[in-house]
Amino acid sequence: MMPSLLLAAAMFAMPDGAAIYERCLACHTLAHDAVGPRHCGVVGRRAGSVPGYAYSPSMRNSGLTWDEATLDRFLAAPTTVVPGTLMTYAGVPDPAERHALVAWLRQAAHDPELCH
Amino acid sequence: MSKTIVETGPRVLARRGFLATAVTLSGAAVALLAGRPGLVRAAEAGSADAAILKTALGAEYNAIAAYGVGIDSGLLGAGAKKLAATFRDHHRAHADALAGAMRALKLEPIQPLAKYEFPVEQLKQEADVLAFAAGLERGAMSAYVGAIPLFGDRELARAAASILADEAMHWAVLRNALGQEPVPEAFFT
Repeated sequence: MMPSLLLAAAMFAMPDGAAIYERCLACHTLAHDAVGPRHCGVVGRRAGSVPGYAYSPSMRNSGLTWDEATLDRFLAAPTTVVPGTLMTYAGVPDPAERHALVAWLRQAAHDPELCH
Repeated sequence: MSKTIVETGPRVLARRGFLATAVTLSGAAVALLAGRPGLVRAAEAGSADAAILKTALGAEYNAIAAYGVGIDSGLLGAGAKKLAATFRDHHRAHADALAGAMRALKLEPIQPLAKYEFPVEQLKQEADVLAFAAGLERGAMSAYVGAIPLFGDRELARAAASILADEAMHWAVLRNALGQEPVPEAFFT
């Protein structure tokens, strides 16, 4: 198979991060706090640090800073990584889906059109 | 993205009369949730089950507020408005069942937020409102799918599955109203 076809096949098979984010919409939005804190600016932010949002003590004291690695680890099993978190969600077990979701967050949560 | 702040909390609280009715309507779920031996364990401070109930109740309040925005938007025709009102009532019943479960755990149920923010400037026509509601219902499905395996008490998990089933039906009906395939996949996570 030609490399371009391989790339196209890989892209076709890649999970859609935006579609995966739809799973989050009961609790989260990009631009404002809801059940969970806003996601705008999440990459690079210290966990539990959005002003005005009522985090669990566990999250406030987690010592995490959100980057690709910590987001991936947390999203795999939130209540295991941060016991006591209010994100009472079993997680996204598929590594490819987590990768797509984090990649989408990196873009969307730092898009000035979506986050201002 | 500009944001609109919607004052909704007091109105929700003012609906206690309705919620009392909802207790009856959701009596099976409340009965399911009350008096279970597992609830004694779950009542311990910081229990996982208590945290799940708290988060789920917050999400139901959010949905109630969101449907209120749609109903009051002036964008819905009579049919869609009736549908939205029905679904909002379902969420109120879910909220009351969850609050009842928290009381059974000897926990004070959380209250609705004083303010909810929704991107109402993006709602220009009926389809926008229905799509916004469908997005919330899709998220609610996943929230319950992700929460149910975490319950320590299986009866709480069963009650949550009952709510999940209702919210999945909301999503399918809203998609159908939008002219989309109502149930596009065999599995959802």
